[in-house]
Formats: sequence, structure tokens, C-alpha cells
Amino acid sequence: MSSMATSVRRIGAPTLRHLYLFRGSWPRLLELAYWPTMQMVLWGFMTVFLASQTSYVAQAFGVLLSAALLRDVLFRGQLGISVTCFEEMYSRNLGHLFVSPLRPWEMVASLMTMSLFRTVVGVVPASFLSLAFFGFSIYSLGLPLVGFFVNLIVFSWAFGLVIAGLVLRFGLGAEGLAWAGLFALAPVSGIYYPVAVLPHWLQAVAAVFPSTHVFEGMRAIVLDGVFRGDLMATAVLLNAAYLAAGTDVFLRFFHTARIKGLLLQMRE
Amino acid sequence: MRGALAGRGPGDRTALLLSAMASPSPPAIEVQHLTKTFEGVLAVDDVSFALARGSTTALLGANGAGKTTTIALLLGLLLPSRGSIHVLGEDMLRHRYRALPRMNLSSPYVDLLRRLSAYENLRVYAGLYGLSDVSARIARLAERVELGEFLHRPVGNLSAGQHSRIPLAKALINDPELLLLDEPPASMDPDTADRMRGWLERYRTETGATIVLASHNMSEVERLCDDVLMLKSGTLIDRGAPAVLLARYGRQNMEEVFLHIARGGTAAAAQ
Ligand SMILES: Nc1ncnc2c1ncn2[C@@H]1O[C@H](COP(=O)(O)OP(=O)(O)O)[C@@H](O)[C@H]1O
Ligand SMILES: [Mg+2]
Repeated sequence: MSSMATSVRRIGAPTLRHLYLFRGSWPRLLELAYWPTMQMVLWGFMTVFLASQTSYVAQAFGVLLSAALLRDVLFRGQLGISVTCFEEMYSRNLGHLFVSPLRPWEMVASLMTMSLFRTVVGVVPASFLSLAFFGFSIYSLGLPLVGFFVNLIVFSWAFGLVIAGLVLRFGLGAEGLAWAGLFALAPVSGIYYPVAVLPHWLQAVAAVFPSTHVFEGMRAIVLDGVFRGDLMATAVLLNAAYLAAGTDVFLRFFHTARIKGLLLQMRE
Repeated sequence: MRGALAGRGPGDRTALLLSAMASPSPPAIEVQHLTKTFEGVLAVDDVSFALARGSTTALLGANGAGKTTTIALLLGLLLPSRGSIHVLGEDMLRHRYRALPRMNLSSPYVDLLRRLSAYENLRVYAGLYGLSDVSARIARLAERVELGEFLHRPVGNLSAGQHSRIPLAKALINDPELLLLDEPPASMDPDTADRMRGWLERYRTETGATIVLASHNMSEVERLCDDVLMLKSGTLIDRGAPAVLLARYGRQNMEEVFLHIARGGTAAAAQ
């Protein structure tokens, strides 16, 4: 058997385990879809209200709904990595995983697979409900939507891997601190409003996040009907760097865990 | 090696062991100057030993003697502070992934997923070892450790006796040439514990596997092991077959030897 085929099998194994956990657990599956749906409903109705006030804000309809849905890709994607990793830790499974021939990068690939699964199950139902409730389809963004989705989920992976690495290294206490980081990211990423409204210095900060360029690009399509290739290219380049850095940080923390004996988790 | 041993009776084991030790084939495990410090705590202190292929070795020592740390080092779950580790002919610090598919671990410090059935747990591990023909393999294992009717029940719902077999099934999933067993659970009733030893003996005779066993159960050590490494505060203080150690310390059973050493005695003091 080729080593690639064996690798794919090994990546599939921890993934299968988490899929087993979802099967037969409707509350867990429903929970995945619950928050994105709530977000979408909240913003949808808020926009309906605003639209009745002024004609200008009516334009914001698609912007806010798209933003709410895409924000969830970022959020779910990150949770998909870190929560999946926490579950392995809570169930004291890391030892079994890493006495098997599973390579650390294969573990990373498996976490990404689970993240993709959790995100799609969470966000796709919400996107159809927004069609049913408000007659708005995020799919009207067309082909660029694929680019937005990929960019956001890859950025969320980079972030999720750093959080997973921190928790592997410093224990589950690091969890809260890490999430605070993700929430701090939201206001500067210009999710619900253009970065232009931010103070200048904050705009410079915003520019280093790929998510900022995704949301700007999304608004360009919805408001002005133009696809901004430059924004997409910037997001892709930034993401390549973030993903490389995120993976590197995770693997370094993993190495430290092998020095400090954290994989056996015998001192809980 | 494994093929040649299959089907032979336990009576042939000593002869095989002797020939294995005499032959130039590398030992199953060779450790030199192995040292591990955790922030000032010397858990394993300059330990060197070689274990012959097909041997069953006990790691004996009080709590904190360094048994678990040694096993984790052998698997590469831990990185040593100093020293070299060769397992099944591979340098574990450089080519860990060449040896890992041929070894496995059963440990009380790692759990199986309790919401999954034994079958599902075993499927996941079969995947991790890149194995094919998974269903047939699990069926064979289930027969081997008598999982029978509880193969498809959630692991969390099984009684302690039923549950205790699953880690062994997991540890045998890849037909390991080297099996590391860290303190099989004390909660096991004598009947299950005895059957467990029977399964281990059968696996050993069928495959010629090498076994390393950290244990507090002296009767288990006397029954299963042909070699004992005595650890105390991270150092290897004595080594030998159970019968040799009994004679050296002038004791009736391994329990007495263990107590004698744990309380600071030496071989000379026992004479
Ligand atoms: N991850 C760790 N961090 C710090 N100290 C550890 C760690 N693991 C083990 N130790 C220490 O190393 C020593 C040996 O422990 P261990 O190998 O678990 O002993 P045994 O398995 O023989 O009971 C003990 O003093 C223990 O407290
Ligand atoms: Mg121990």
C-alpha cells in the first residue's frame, strides 16, 4: 500500500471517531446549526426593521446577512479545530493517538477535516433558512463566495491551531484567554461595517488579518457589484503565512509536550 | 521471526530465547544511559539494558520508581534528557515511525472513548495503524479476548471486568511484535485477571512477541515474566529471572523480594 493511502487512512481514523460521536447525537448536530441560525435570524429581522426606516439602509440588507453568515464560518471553523482537540484531551486520548503511527501533521489534517464538517453542518442550513425567511441567498455572491469561504476557514484553522497548541501546552486554563483573542479580532476585521469607519491606526491593524479583506471584498460585491481581485489576492497571501505560522506553532507546542510528558496526561 | 515461532508450544520458549540471545539478531529493546528529568525531578536515572526478542520482562518498583516514564520513553511519547533508545532495530529518536506500527501500548493513563462501542473504538485504532481488512481483524480479536456479546455496546456501559479486556484488544490490534503494558488495572477480579494472563500467554506463543510489563502484581510477574528489571527512584538496582532473584535475596516469593528492596535492602544484606 502506498504511504499516501496509509496516511489518508490514518487521517480518517480520528475523524471517524468524532463522526461516531455525532451520529446518534441529534442535540449535538442541532447545536451546530443553532447558533448560525440564531445569528442570521437576529440580523435579518434587525435589517427588516432598519429597511422600513430609510431607503439607504435597505442596501445594507445583503451586507449584514452575508456578514453574519460569513462571520460564522470564521467562528465555527476555529471552534471546529479547538473543540475537537479539547475533546481528545478531556477523554485522555492523546496518548493512544500518538503511540500509533499518526504523524502530528496528519493530526492537523484530521482536525481540519472535522472543522470543515462542523462548519458546513452549522452554516449551510442557516444559509437556506435566510432564503426562506428573507428571500436572501448568500449564493447570489456567485463564485467569489467559494474564495471567501476558503479564506475564512483557512484563517480560522490557523487561529484554531494556535489555540489548540496553547491548550496542549498550558492546559485547559489557556482556553478562555485564547477565545478572548478571537473576539477581539471581530471588531477590527470590519465584519459588519467598512474598515473606513475605524481610526487610522486601527485600520493598519485590521489590514494584517485576511478576514478584513474578505469582508471588504464581500461588501464590494453586494454594494457596488464589483469583484475586487486585489482584496482576494491579499487575503490568500496573508492566509498562506498565517496557516504556515499556525501549523508551526502547533507542532512546536506538540514537541514541548513530548519533553514535558503532557501527552500521557497522568497528572490531571 | 514471528512466522518461525507460530504454533510452537511454550516448552520451546527457553531454547528459543537462548538461541535468540546467542544469535546476532538485534535485541527487541536496547537502551543506553537513559535519563529523564522533569524540572528537577530525576524520574529515570542513567538506565541501560537490552531485552531479547521474545522475552517477557517485568518493570518492578514502587510508585514513582520510573516505570511509566520508562515505557513512555520507549514509545517516544516522551523525549529523553539523555541517552539512546533502540526498539526493534530502529533508533527511536530518529526513526520512531518505523517502529511504531510494530509496537503497541495498554495503559491506565489513557482512556478509550466511552460513548463508542468496543467495535467502533477498535475501528478507529485499526485506521490509525493503517490496517486493512478491519472487520475480519476485529472479529479475530473479539474471539481472542472473548469480547463476544458486548462488542457493540458502548464501552462506558460495560462492567469493570468486561471493560478491562478492551484496552488489551486495542493493544493487540496491529499484531505488535513489542507489547508494552503499563500496570494492568488492579480493579480486575481474579478470574478476569487470570484469563487476561492466559490470553497474553497465548498471544506470546502464537507470535513470539516481546512483552514489557509494569506491574505491582507479584504472582503475575512470577507467572508471566522470564526477566525482571528492579527500579528504585529511577535507577536500575537489580536484574534477573524471578528464580535468580529469589535465590539472590534468599526469599520465598517475589513479593518478599519487592518489599525487601523497596524498604532499602540490598542483595548482600539479605544473605
Ligand atoms: N509529566 C511529568 N512531569 C513531572 N514529573 C513527572 C512527570 N511524570 C512523572 N513524573 C515524576 O517522575 C517520577 C517517576 O514517575 P513514574 O514514571 O510515573 O513512576 P511509576 O510509573 O513507577 O509509578 C515521579 O517522581 C513522578 O512524580
Ligand atoms: Mg506508573
